[in-house]
Amino acid sequence: MNIHHPVPTIYGRDTEKFEELWKAQVSALQTQFGDQIEEVWWPLKQEVEVPVVFFKKEVIVDALRFAKESTELKFNFLSDISATDEQPDPLRFHLFYNLFSHTNLNRIRFKVRVKEGESVPTVVSVWSGANWLEREVFDMFGVRFEGHPDLRRILMDERWEGHPLRKDYPLRRYQFHPVPMEPQEKLLK
Amino acid sequence: MLKKNQDLEKIPADLLKQGLPGTMDFRIEHDPDDLWEDSRMIVNIGPTHPAMHGALRMVAKLNGETLEKSYCEFGFTHRAKEKLGENRTYHQFIVYTDRLNYCSALTNNMTYAMAVERLMGIEVPERAIWIRMMCCEIARVIDHLICIGIAAVDLGAFTYFLYGFHQREEAYTLIEKLCGARLTTSYCRIGGLMYDAPEGWEKEVKAWAKRTAAVIDEMDALLTNNKIWCNRTVGVGKFDYDQCIDYGFTGPNARAAGIDIDLRRDQSPMFYRDVEFDVPITQNGDCFDRYIIRLAEIRQSLNILIQCCEKIQKGPIWAEDKRTRIPDKDVVFNTMEGMIHHFKFFMEGFEVPKGEAYTTFEASNGELGFFISSKGGQMAHRMRIRGPSVLHYQGLSPMTQGEFIGDVVAALGSINVIAGELDR
Repeated sequence: MNIHHPVPTIYGRDTEKFEELWKAQVSALQTQFGDQIEEVWWPLKQEVEVPVVFFKKEVIVDALRFAKESTELKFNFLSDISATDEQPDPLRFHLFYNLFSHTNLNRIRFKVRVKEGESVPTVVSVWSGANWLEREVFDMFGVRFEGHPDLRRILMDERWEGHPLRKDYPLRRYQFHPVPMEPQEKLLK
Repeated sequence: MLKKNQDLEKIPADLLKQGLPGTMDFRIEHDPDDLWEDSRMIVNIGPTHPAMHGALRMVAKLNGETLEKSYCEFGFTHRAKEKLGENRTYHQFIVYTDRLNYCSALTNNMTYAMAVERLMGIEVPERAIWIRMMCCEIARVIDHLICIGIAAVDLGAFTYFLYGFHQREEAYTLIEKLCGARLTTSYCRIGGLMYDAPEGWEKEVKAWAKRTAAVIDEMDALLTNNKIWCNRTVGVGKFDYDQCIDYGFTGPNARAAGIDIDLRRDQSPMFYRDVEFDVPITQNGDCFDRYIIRLAEIRQSLNILIQCCEKIQKGPIWAEDKRTRIPDKDVVFNTMEGMIHHFKFFMEGFEVPKGEAYTTFEASNGELGFFISSKGGQMAHRMRIRGPSVLHYQGLSPMTQGEFIGDVVAALGSINVIAGELDR
């Protein structure tokens, strides 16, 4: 056993089960998007459990819509959106979109790299459920989403300063907002 | 406000013209003769309200009794679990996973352990997996009993709740025999379990499962065909197949709308392919269907538990992996090397190799996922927790739009939002 590479364990023999399917799906993506795909990571070649496809941020909405609607991919379900902070990297935030297929029962991950201060197109038009997930990314990392219907903080108070899940945010910091916010009339229009 | 008393007669017909209440396109349009013109009322439900499950807040704009528009807020019990996951060792983070969905803490423990083991490539011995499976199913029964019990209390059926809670207390006694704690268990360890199950535990679980199955039949007879219960839940809080996909619903709430997905069956973690169970599906996606699905799932879980009790064998409960196995106490107290190993384990933690993985399991409310990204070292680089409740709570506003304010309570009870998992 090579401990430096994750091996398929008793909990998921995904790599043996879905290898052919994944190859077909990623090649369908590559013919559709061509050089808009920056990089592809494969299980057991890199340290990931599903193929990870890096897109340029301009095409991520099209890519997700293609993944949802095309007959080859059929990734109809959005499991999760979040980000990681890879601080020394100039493209600091790596957003990831975990997708799941209800027909093929396999998963795939799309990623987008963005610089600090850059914004990403929103995918609310593809899945309405992305609304709060993107709000959480904005709250925790400060990545803005273009065209988002309601981009406010979600877990932290709206008067909060800083974005807590950034690596340069201190572990202990206190900010006091003892008075709760009034109901916001504009949200009830 | 009552300008003309005869206008009162017009109201029901006027309301019916706008479309059927309870559908997504139901909007009350502005009518100059509307009796309620200036009587839109903004009601603040929560964060501390007995009908909201935990510290949740909903701000609703009402037209009479009808909910015209609303928005939800949460985060009142935010404890920065994802930040803590980046600043605690993998062993230390186990206790934080208890506090995610505190109604089924065992499932969170097991899923977290599975996620880290997957990154490290550890295979857990069979007995440990069987015990983990039994724990997950006990937790699922407890969680569903709480959900349907409290939903019934919110709608006025108090006796029903007590039937379920008696069985739940007995289940907590079984869990207490395993690990000494009732609610926040921390039973799992990376690569194994804290303790082996005591002698005769399987027999007790089997007896409990059989008793609970009888009680579930009784509960079913008590409430399911009750006229008041049916009136309050059938057709209320509808969320159909496409909306469930759109809003990321998983678990019993999605299966109530006809989405035939159960990660226990479809990803077959642990030994779920070795036991027989059905995945119940209904088609309507209303509060009543969510209740019926949960009732049916409790029966299936009890069925799985009885099968587990028959298949479980004696054996080790720790993976033979020096990195994660906590040294036995007699080695620690009697040898120098054991003492150093123990000290290093608890003070520094073990290293997880570089890599990232998104590990999911069918928790009682839906897809619970841990995305762990490791750069090597004793702490995670990113610990993302995907709780099902976040996406379920997001669906509450569209689900209840155009319905009566009293039905919000029924809808919220039926989707089973747990604040601990929501706020993290």
